[in-house]
Amino acid sequence: MATAQRTWIGTDVPRLEDPKLLAGRATYVDDVKLPGMLHAAVLRSPHAHARVARIDVSRARSLPGVFAVITGEDARDLSNPLPAFCAEPVVEYALAVDKARYVGEAVAAVAAVDRYTAEDAVALIEVDYEPLPAITDPFEAMKPGAPKVHENLPSNLVFEKTLSFGDVAGDFATADRVIRRRLRYHRASAQPLETAGAVCRYDPFSQRMDVWSNTNMINYVGWLLANTLKVPASKLNIIPLYVGGSFGSKHVLGKVIAIAGMLAKLTGRPVKFMEDRVDNLVACENLACDRYYDSELAITRDGIFKSLRVRVVDDYGAYFQFGHGTHGNALAQATGAYRIRSLEYTVRCALTNKCQQGVFRGAGSDAGNFNLERLVDAAARELGIDPVEIRRRNFIPPDAFPFKTPQGNVYDSGNYPAVLGRALTMAGWEELRRMQAEARRRGSYIGIGLATAHQRSVYGPTEFWFWYDTPGLTSVPESVGLALGPTGEFIVTMFSPFWGNSPETVVAQTVAEEFGIDPSQVTVAYESSQHGLPSAGPGGSRMTVMLTGAVAGAARKLKRKMAQIVAHHLEAAPEDIAFAGGRAMIRGAPDKALSYAEIGFKAYWFKLDLPPEMESGLEARHTYDHPYLTMPSPDRKDLGAFYPMMAHGAHIPVVEVNPHTGQVRLLRYVAVHDVGTIVNPKSLRGQIAGGITQGIGMALYEECAYDAHGQPLSASFMDYLLPTAMEVPKFEIGHVETPSPFTEYGVKGGGEGGRMIAPAAVASAVEDALAPLGVRVDEVPMTPERIVSWVEAARRR
Amino acid sequence: MPRTVPIKLTVNGVQHELAVEPRRLLVDVLREDLALTGTHVGCEHGVCGTCTVLVNGESARSCLMFAVGADGAEILTVEGLGQGARLHPLQEAFREAQGLQCGFCTPAMLMVAYELLQQNPSPSEEEIREAISANLCRCTGYQSIVEAVQLAAARHAVAGAR
Repeated sequence: MATAQRTWIGTDVPRLEDPKLLAGRATYVDDVKLPGMLHAAVLRSPHAHARVARIDVSRARSLPGVFAVITGEDARDLSNPLPAFCAEPVVEYALAVDKARYVGEAVAAVAAVDRYTAEDAVALIEVDYEPLPAITDPFEAMKPGAPKVHENLPSNLVFEKTLSFGDVAGDFATADRVIRRRLRYHRASAQPLETAGAVCRYDPFSQRMDVWSNTNMINYVGWLLANTLKVPASKLNIIPLYVGGSFGSKHVLGKVIAIAGMLAKLTGRPVKFMEDRVDNLVACENLACDRYYDSELAITRDGIFKSLRVRVVDDYGAYFQFGHGTHGNALAQATGAYRIRSLEYTVRCALTNKCQQGVFRGAGSDAGNFNLERLVDAAARELGIDPVEIRRRNFIPPDAFPFKTPQGNVYDSGNYPAVLGRALTMAGWEELRRMQAEARRRGSYIGIGLATAHQRSVYGPTEFWFWYDTPGLTSVPESVGLALGPTGEFIVTMFSPFWGNSPETVVAQTVAEEFGIDPSQVTVAYESSQHGLPSAGPGGSRMTVMLTGAVAGAARKLKRKMAQIVAHHLEAAPEDIAFAGGRAMIRGAPDKALSYAEIGFKAYWFKLDLPPEMESGLEARHTYDHPYLTMPSPDRKDLGAFYPMMAHGAHIPVVEVNPHTGQVRLLRYVAVHDVGTIVNPKSLRGQIAGGITQGIGMALYEECAYDAHGQPLSASFMDYLLPTAMEVPKFEIGHVETPSPFTEYGVKGGGEGGRMIAPAAVASAVEDALAPLGVRVDEVPMTPERIVSWVEAARRR
Repeated sequence: MPRTVPIKLTVNGVQHELAVEPRRLLVDVLREDLALTGTHVGCEHGVCGTCTVLVNGESARSCLMFAVGADGAEILTVEGLGQGARLHPLQEAFREAQGLQCGFCTPAMLMVAYELLQQNPSPSEEEIREAISANLCRCTGYQSIVEAVQLAAARHAVAGAR
């Protein structure tokens, strides 16, 4: 599809963020240093479940250089519980009160002159634990009589609900076949190279708390953290910083902010708490979903999908901070790229003695894609239909958009056959199949994978609550300030931080597009929460859509005022003023113009040159709300449009598997994405390649494993394996553009697709490689141990 | 007060005399004592490579090295690559190829790439991947980093000084 002619949107503008990052001059949270600042360290529980009978902090407290030691009891006095996005009464403090519920839960914290002394003091804290039976299997946890993770709850089955859309029973009854799979999607974790941290400074006289942190929700949930820290919401000021990667793991960061904040209140000094890697691996908010699927796809003998039934048990760990939010994400695209008439989705959330789930890029939709695409591959195999053909038969056709899914979400746009076609061409599908046949004759196991899956973008907040009966939030805004300064320079103020993405470049490209200037002429600033307009920040692949929308809105407001000034000066009508090439001119008479510098100068310093009643200065502030959000129906038979900007992709990885050692080598990786209008091709490519790499990690290496007693088995990078440059291939990335009808410029989000599609695609490739041995892949990560055991099991059959 | 030991370090050409505890890590001396915060801490157990600096011309993990062990050494950090406000041509190549996203692993990647190109001015893709494979990047998928190093090599951005 042809896109509009644009100057800057869609071009490889060099990132504005990069020079300072390359020079090592960007300020990350660990670079913040305040006069008199203390450093915190944390004592963590060695038990998965244990009553804290006694803590003796006297030796720690008397160590020279130690200013404060706090325990769970102190946390209950100094703070309120951490924010939670669920209705269930699962109470969590930053330090364990009464009992520890997972290995790594903080039980005490120290503030000292430096980190070395703080850690020395931690080693001097004596704790008497009374170990309790640890529950680590979600199915055991849900049984009546199982040891309870939280005594105030009726059971560890913290949430159970079935949502049903359309005539599921009828569609299953009239189906020719039902494809069934039991699938296991293990828990992985985001592991940004920068851990989470916070520096807090408290002024008891004004009750003001300043927070420097790598959280992203500075405006969206800052007021909730104010409640946690017992300061007035208007006096909690969160200062945005450069963030060394998040991938969803740094949304709230209540624990690190609360620990630094409590110690700052108690000592009267600024306190920094920076997680180390072990803290991050065992206790951060970055552990992803941990699911057991029992799924059924009802189909006709021609391979037409009729209905989908998904039953999920999700192992949430010890707390329920984000509730079942990752199932709202999965529901946005539960039926994927396919026309499926009815859907039933049952979720059971179990609490166990493990670190709780948070959010990791994909936010549970990655697991949903894995589930659906595994079913589709199984359907193709069982009916003897080619996996490409079965997808083509079931795709939502390009003329059906906007498309309403059975659950009520709306897909804005798409051309799935075109995306698949491009991927097949780039991969040389037929030639690959010939190469594979040849390889098989030689006895080598080459596999060609395929997944065609969605990437929902721009979340709506109804997904936080539509599982319940009562309505909740409906705002998820993003704001910018846009000013033309007195010397004709544009300044954009953002109210959300840099999170590893490219917000400065996006807003500069948009300003450049709107005003016909070079993006390098735009200055970008970040504002703290106390000066904030409402902004929800990065997450759910929304920032490029929301920032282009917010800047375009602000540009319209600014242009109105500029046009009035120019029209007043040139004696023309404001409607006749056009903006291009760094000037505002009368349409059709380009020689009658004012430069932006002339307009800015007048606006700031020549009040009597302005139209009567006009205020001095040239600034516009704009809040861009969710472009297309509708309410769920009261009976929840229709969830409304809540994640409507639907990006899509087709991935074709080629692997070689050694069935004796379980080693998987990626030979090629083709990925075609449709994220609507592309704003910056190079930075989009980075997002896609990085996402695929994390998806490969999920498929092959990354797992937050625990033993039966709840001891983490992946508490360092020696055990939690991230892909290195040696494991990932050179990616071949292509694009199809179907602009969104709902957003400015037609942009859709592209931040998560790589990770959301790759696990399904790589699983498909490994299964294809081992097809001659009869292996079925029902589980990721496909570690060497698992692959060898599948091969052996298949041989025994 | 804990016992301290006097040491001398030359960092980015500037000489420093310091008194440090024997257990103080080089990365903390660089970041906290000398305020050179370009070098980052990622895992503190020697796997991620984010803290890599050059010690006497060879890459070393400053989170695993005691500062006393670097006594008398010449150290190069990311702050020593450019000249004032001018980026080093290697940094420019990273910018052009967009060999970074969040920028957190970037200073260490630059140091590793600098070391590689000094030893091997025209490395193959495989050699580049091997050289950077001890440094984790969670954002880019490495492809653009490899391309940045290739671009720098093609431009002879780093002179082989040995």
